[in-house]
Parts: sequence; structure tokens; C-alpha cells
Amino acid sequence: MRKYSVFAVAREAMRGHKGWEAQWTSPEPRKEYDVIIVGGGGHGLGAAYYLAKEHGITNVAVLEKGWLGGGNTGRNTTIIRSNYLYEESMDIYEHSLKLWENLSQELNYNVMYSPRGVMMLSHNVHDQQVFKRHIHANRLYGIDNEWLTPEQARDYCPPLDISAGARYPINGAALQRRGGTARHDAVAWGYARAAADRGVHIIQNCEVKGIRRGPNGEVTGVDTNRGFIGAKKIGVSASGHNSVVMAMADVRVPLHSVPLQALVSEPMKPIFPCVVMSNTVHAYISQSDKGELVIGAGTDQYNSYSQTGGLQIITHTLDAICELFPIFRRVKMMRQWGGITDNTPDRSAIQGVTPVPNLFVNCGWGTGGFKATPGSANLFAHLIAKGEPHRLAAGLTLDRFRSGRLIDEAAAAAVAH
Amino acid sequence: MLLIYCPYCEEERSELEFRGAGDAHIARPTNIADISDEEFEEFFFLRDNPKGLIFERWRHIHGCGRFFNAARDTVSDKFKLTYKAGLPKPDLDATTPAAPVETYEATESNAK
Repeated sequence: MRKYSVFAVAREAMRGHKGWEAQWTSPEPRKEYDVIIVGGGGHGLGAAYYLAKEHGITNVAVLEKGWLGGGNTGRNTTIIRSNYLYEESMDIYEHSLKLWENLSQELNYNVMYSPRGVMMLSHNVHDQQVFKRHIHANRLYGIDNEWLTPEQARDYCPPLDISAGARYPINGAALQRRGGTARHDAVAWGYARAAADRGVHIIQNCEVKGIRRGPNGEVTGVDTNRGFIGAKKIGVSASGHNSVVMAMADVRVPLHSVPLQALVSEPMKPIFPCVVMSNTVHAYISQSDKGELVIGAGTDQYNSYSQTGGLQIITHTLDAICELFPIFRRVKMMRQWGGITDNTPDRSAIQGVTPVPNLFVNCGWGTGGFKATPGSANLFAHLIAKGEPHRLAAGLTLDRFRSGRLIDEAAAAAVAH
Repeated sequence: MLLIYCPYCEEERSELEFRGAGDAHIARPTNIADISDEEFEEFFFLRDNPKGLIFERWRHIHGCGRFFNAARDTVSDKFKLTYKAGLPKPDLDATTPAAPVETYEATESNAK
């Protein structure tokens, strides 16, 4: 792999940009791999990268039924933060945030991580009490989070309407300054390039149709539309389709898949300096480096794999955006899309061993998996390599729904989905 | 937005009048205090989350207020059937083959 650098740009500029090589190769699948990862999103590609880099396991394939990052990795609103309430969540999201901070250097790929601050608006006494509880819990745990008055919130984000006559009055905000955004495609591509450089096979257009088991119930490989591929270990990280893949190994998981929508506006000059979320009126918004306002809507109320979603969900969010930021009332929306999120009953992810030997699962990231990408991938690689969870992911086990040790993060989600 | 036929009101109304209420035909164990943790997990948490035909409960909360059941395709979101609560689960697998649906996923997933 040729390194990207300012010198590479200069060199290619001199010779008509003919020397750029493909970022990853598309090899024919081998007969067998040590590890197969099902799902070529950020979590899966990242896990393959960390398996090769930190655990020396390079005989790895990532199987993707569509194209890299074409699922939820390319469909989210790219928000990164770690101000969750419970220690199990803070552990993994803070681990992730620390990896985000150095990810561009680590991968030699500009993921455009921008710690521009994530501000959560408080509209009533209940919000204020909940946010302050979060702030105290975070600070005790060494994670930055601070309380702002309405004036400080307006100073941090000038388009915000804090006037007394506002439809949704604001009585303060919680701000995590290290939170921000990143370029979602670049995360998938950067991990794919770095993993392929270490010998990982990235196989697109390869849909897993079945999981084969040996005499002791252990996994032996997968049937795909490109034939059987053997595997000593399988890691499933298929986002909205985790239930479908796990059913191939006769494992039922506590998930339901629902569409989550987002939309972007026409591009504008820089006007919006940070990420703003409002739980109470359901709105979250930031501005991409291309200038589009990136707006996240809610989930539909029914299970679906349709990657669309109802129009009333979007209009509900835009109603709130227009009230909070009156200057955006005449902005035109340009594109809208949906992604299929896999949600657990306690709204916390599942990462752990399964009842099937050598089958591991990384699922249930629900509506907030993008921010967890590097941390989840890093810990998933540890799980697959060692056969047991890393200390930081020890609480996210599948059997917590049997033991009752739930991680009830529903109250800590930035918006109510 | 979905259009949903309420079997009690006997008309098709917009989704805004309804509230989804999860999977249908899940029987709460009558001996709930005696069952094992495994059985409770099975009853309370584990779901099939099917890609295709699903049986689910809906409530016409801003209409007649009653619960009913529906059979729906989770790929096309089309309702196959709605029926009153308490009726047995209809056998749809044999009668209605799943029609191919032109989803974005199906038509645009030719990565190079």
C-alpha cells in the first residue's frame, strides 16, 4: 500500500494522477479462513483490521452482500459522543471516542473527525435534572460534559432561538466538547484499505445464505452465493440483518429491526458550528463539510427491512428544527433515506459469545452504532481472537437477557426513538 | 405512511391513528412465577424479527381503541391481512407466495 501524504498528492499532480492504486483488492475467496466476518460495514471492516493488527490473525475474510459501507455506515448522521449514563456504555463509547481522536493517523486515511461539540438542549425541568445527572455521572467517570445556560448555548450555536416566546423554550443545555462528527464513508474505506494491506480479503457481492455446523455444533463455514467458504470462527456484524444471519445458526436474538431516517438539505455556506440534539422535541442537526444540513429523524413504529420509512416521521422532525432554528425555515431538503437498525429491548448493544461454539455476535447497536465503530470493532476483534469479551465490553453479553443484568440506556439516548 | 384496515371499524385508515404493539400470538405463560430464566427470556425478549411475513399486533388508538392482529411483509411493508384479536393465526405461507419487491437494496447493490 502506498501511503497517502502531501508528497503523494504533489507527485500525482505532476504526472496526471495516473499513479493512484486501488484502495483494496477484490480477491477470489479462499477455501477456508481462520475468521469470517459477516457484514462489511464499519464495525466488521474495523474488526478485521484489528484482528490483523493487534492479534496477528490475517487469514480473515469480510463478506459483504452489497457494497462496503452501503448499509448503516453510509446512512447515519455521523454523530460521535460518549456521554452515556451507565458505566458499561461509557466504557465502550469512551474507548471509541479515544480511538476516533487518532483514527486518521492510525489508518493513514482522512476520516475527517471533527470534535466540534455535541450540545443537547434542555426544554423543561425534567430535561435539566436528567442532563445534570448525566453530566455528574460522566465527570465522575472522567468524561467531559458540562452544563450551559441558555445564553451560553446560544453563544455556542448562534442560530439557536432562545427567546422567551419560542415555541420550545430552552432552559439550558449539556455540551460534550470532544463530541462531533466524522466522514462516514471514509471510515469504511479507511478500515478496508488498512485491513486489505494486512492481508484481509474483502469480498463484496457475497451474501451469506447459511451457516454450516460440525458434529459438536461448532461452526465450520458459510454457504454464500459464491459457494461454500470454510471458517474456524465466524463473527456476525450485519446490523439490521443480524436476526436473519443468526437464524441460520438457529440462534434467536432479542432484536427488532426498524427503519431510521435521515435527510440532508441543499449545501450552504458554513452557518452551523456544532451538533445540536433535542430529545424532548426530537431533532438533531449538524452541518457537513460539504455544507449540507444533516438532520436525523426518528424510527418507524413497526418492524421493517424496507430501508425507507414514513413521511410523517420526517415532517415531525422538521417541525421541531424549524421552531428551534427559525432561520432554516426556507431551506430546501435535497435527499432522504432510511437504514435498518437492530434494536435491543434495553437499547444497549450486544457483543459476545453465542450458544454456538466459535460463533460471535456484534449486534443491537440500534440507532447509535456509528459513534461506536472504532471501539466496537476493536473489542469485537479481541472477542473473536481470545474467545471471551474484553474487560470494556464485558457487560454487553447476549445472556444478560437471561440473567436480568440489563443496561437500561433508553433514558440516555440523545433522542427518543 | 401505511394505510391500515381496522377489522372492527371495517375501513382503511392512516397509520397516524394506530399504534404498533409488537409481535402477535405470544402467549404469556400462565405459571409465570414458576418458569425458568430461559423460558422467561424466550417469552419476554427473544423474537424472530423475520425478513418477510410477520404477525403483529396493532391498536387503533385514535379510533375504536381496540387491539387487532395483522400479517404484513416486512420487506414491502404491505399488509396481507388484518384480523380480530383472539382469532387463530392464519396459514398464509401456503397460499400467498412472496412477490418479488423492487427495493433499493435489490436494485442498487451491484458494487464493483
